[in-house]
Amino acid sequence: MEVAQLLLGGISVGCVYGLVALGFVLIYKATESVNFAQGDLMMLGAFITLQFVNTAYWGLPFWLGVLLAVLVMAVVGYLMEALVIRRLFGQPQFAVVILTIAIGFVLRFAAGFIWGHEPLTLETPFAGRNVALGRLVIGVDEIFVIGATVVLTGTLYLFFARTRLGVAMQAASQNQLAAYYMGVPVKRIHGLIWALSGGIATIAGVLFASRGSIDPNLGLLGIKAFAAAVIGGFGSLPGALAGGLIVGIVEPFAGRYIAAGYSQIMPYAIMLVVLVLRPNGLFAQVQSKKV
Amino acid sequence: MRIHQKTSYDDDINLFEDRRQALWYLALVAGAALLPFAVSGYFLGEVTNVLILAIAGMGLMLLAGHTGQPSLGHAAFLACGAYMEAWLNNRGVSFLISLPAAGLFAGAVGAIIAIPALRMSGIYLAIATLAMGIVAEDVIVLLEPYTGGVSGTFVGAIRLAGFEIDRYGSPSGFYWLCLAITVLVALGYANLLRSSTGRAFVAIRDSEVSAKAMGINIARFKTLAFFLSCFVTGLSGALMAHFLGAFNYEAFLITISIQMLLMIVVGGMGSIHGAFFGAMVVGFLPQIITGIRQQITMTAIPGLDTGIFAAILVAMIILEPRGLYGQWLKTRIWFQLFPLARRDLFRRHKSYLKTERLK
Amino acid sequence: MSLFAVDGLSKFFGGVRAVDGVSFEVEEGEVFTIVGPNGAGKSTIFNLISRFYDVSAGRIFMDGKDITDIRPDEVIGHGIARTFQNIELFEHSTVLQNLLVGRHSRRGTNFLQNLLFLPSVRAEERAHRHEVEAIIDFLDLQAYRDKMIAGLPYGVRKIVEIGRALACGPRLLLLDEPASGLSVEETQDVAYWIEDMQKDMGLTVLMVEHDMSLVNQVSTRVLALADGKPIALGTPAEVQADRNVIEAYLGIEEEAA
Repeated sequence: MEVAQLLLGGISVGCVYGLVALGFVLIYKATESVNFAQGDLMMLGAFITLQFVNTAYWGLPFWLGVLLAVLVMAVVGYLMEALVIRRLFGQPQFAVVILTIAIGFVLRFAAGFIWGHEPLTLETPFAGRNVALGRLVIGVDEIFVIGATVVLTGTLYLFFARTRLGVAMQAASQNQLAAYYMGVPVKRIHGLIWALSGGIATIAGVLFASRGSIDPNLGLLGIKAFAAAVIGGFGSLPGALAGGLIVGIVEPFAGRYIAAGYSQIMPYAIMLVVLVLRPNGLFAQVQSKKV
Repeated sequence: MRIHQKTSYDDDINLFEDRRQALWYLALVAGAALLPFAVSGYFLGEVTNVLILAIAGMGLMLLAGHTGQPSLGHAAFLACGAYMEAWLNNRGVSFLISLPAAGLFAGAVGAIIAIPALRMSGIYLAIATLAMGIVAEDVIVLLEPYTGGVSGTFVGAIRLAGFEIDRYGSPSGFYWLCLAITVLVALGYANLLRSSTGRAFVAIRDSEVSAKAMGINIARFKTLAFFLSCFVTGLSGALMAHFLGAFNYEAFLITISIQMLLMIVVGGMGSIHGAFFGAMVVGFLPQIITGIRQQITMTAIPGLDTGIFAAILVAMIILEPRGLYGQWLKTRIWFQLFPLARRDLFRRHKSYLKTERLK
Repeated sequence: MSLFAVDGLSKFFGGVRAVDGVSFEVEEGEVFTIVGPNGAGKSTIFNLISRFYDVSAGRIFMDGKDITDIRPDEVIGHGIARTFQNIELFEHSTVLQNLLVGRHSRRGTNFLQNLLFLPSVRAEERAHRHEVEAIIDFLDLQAYRDKMIAGLPYGVRKIVEIGRALACGPRLLLLDEPASGLSVEETQDVAYWIEDMQKDMGLTVLMVEHDMSLVNQVSTRVLALADGKPIALGTPAEVQADRNVIEAYLGIEEEAA
């Protein structure tokens, strides 16, 4: 029973990691930029939702607040690409890494300036409510997190497989030049990918906030999402989710069965092992550079 | 504008372009050596901090800037140097032995880290080193018998050739020590760059395939780059230990690692000067911000330093990817050519996306 | 005995037989050219010789020694240098520095000596520079000596690549499409340089090339490949007249021919 309880908690945290990793891989696949600020986008998304929803702030209905926050963050993501990242087009990947790290610092500072550094709690309709299933006690928040992730993943799948825009995005991520020649507006697509990624980050932020408090350093959680993305293989969207679940599930079990001090190292240890044994992740295929 | 006439191969081999440039650098070092007679003890401490940061910056620059192996976890090697220095110093070992030992320890750890790192490149290496930096924080706490765990450790005065040098008791002595080590590291670094070892590093950075075809043993030279980089960073860590006096794992958090990397980017990647420019920004920016804030009587805002620093960095990467050093070079050329400089002189070539997926 | 030989060389990528049982020998002092349609396996052969790929079958010999299993960075030690089809220069270095990297395999000092810049290092630097200057003069690169690669035109880069390979001091030079992307005049220069390398420097050249005027002008012998298999070997004129070669290039059906 305890195992099931740990597993459930792990899966719901893993969903959050997976979603952050998803946004991260999405951008990497489509634009070859590595967004080290993805965790900070999640943090910002959570705070904007809090701004809309909490009674101490604007007190909008929960679902409306979430919707608005997703839209706002999509705009933020789009603007980040259009105003900053796009200007580095053609520069080495490393420049983008540094740039997004710096943007992350700026976002963290901005959030601290606006909402302070004390932990805050997002007011959700299902906080503290439980459902008993036999001897297993399930938090409504956990059900919400897992359900939302499944719905979001399904929507994204349909979007990429069925819609014109989704297919164009896939094309742009496979071969930018060819896509450009076929009339795909690659630059605008890049902007939209960042917008989409901002939206997903917000949902991840809301899901995280529904299970605990948030503060401006929440973005550092993004590092665990990197671990998830790496374990899953950078190029793979399902891999990112799987990696997130692996990290999420390993954490509580390590905390339970491994001595304190060692347990928090586990996600990184797994990632390092994956990197050493399969430098390109568990779920990715690699090609070698042609000379 | 001066025209530099080269008459022998030595003109390209020497450290300095000509006598004039050599005199400038000599004057700079002499000026730095005389600084303790001109400024207050507080300011001298700040300059000492900048020197220590510059050494750390040179260490990371060698790896990230010249060999093209970005490390996001370099604070771990600062920690190696700092804890080794503290441990030896507290056992009465002379600085002449403990400093190289601290460097060698950090270098050895770096060389071991290099073994798995050899298989990774670019973004994967960045993430792996990031993870390593996080793990290092926990490892420091776990190694309590040696590191003092969460509560940290103290380090006493430096014992060097019969003298006791303490950061507070003899700030000038400590400053001169740091200055001497800075100059030595910079000289060694410059020597490497003008010989085959440095060229091999840069070759690995720019094209691994070609480097292999030219007979460069990638594994050996990457490991060497890791070793040298971590050795120098370890030296910086040892000096930092004495600068801080007492420290725990919080002096080596992952954010410090990231700041180290941002520091050399602001300064200018791929140049020794960049490490110094970057160290000056990181060292002096908080002072400048505090100064301005006191002028306009604004209340303290937590994290303002980092926020402004990061904002400068964002602007820098977009406007001047070669960092402050690149800006410095441009300004110098502008003055040399005055009034003939044109905007187009510094125009950057447009390039198209170079895919880095295929490695 | 021949200077260089491959025997039954094969490389399979999954089910694709990129190179399939290729054997040839290169005599000392000749210019040996491999031709063939795109995808015939020419560049793959070069990458096998450079040891970037491991062979699936077959052996490679240089000077009678089996070099099939050495590391890529050891290839130059056996006197084999190469250029790349899609230029692989050190972008953020000057032409001079690029050529000096070519001297790496001849370095006689270690990093500790470099760190202290001992007199021996200075002497070595001077000697390397002397060698490199000879190459700069040979290839007329004086005007570009201190220019960054990143700002150079394509044609110059191609020539810097040849210069860097020469700086290695090889006995066998592998040129991977030296004339691709060059103008007619530049191609003519390359032809003269190859002749000079062969006649004055005593180099042996193994070349992959599409430009038939260059191939005809400089080649001693030509090997034609199609689908990873050798189809003809002989003088340029013989190979061009070969029925199999014409079919491979033009795709003429058996009946039509």
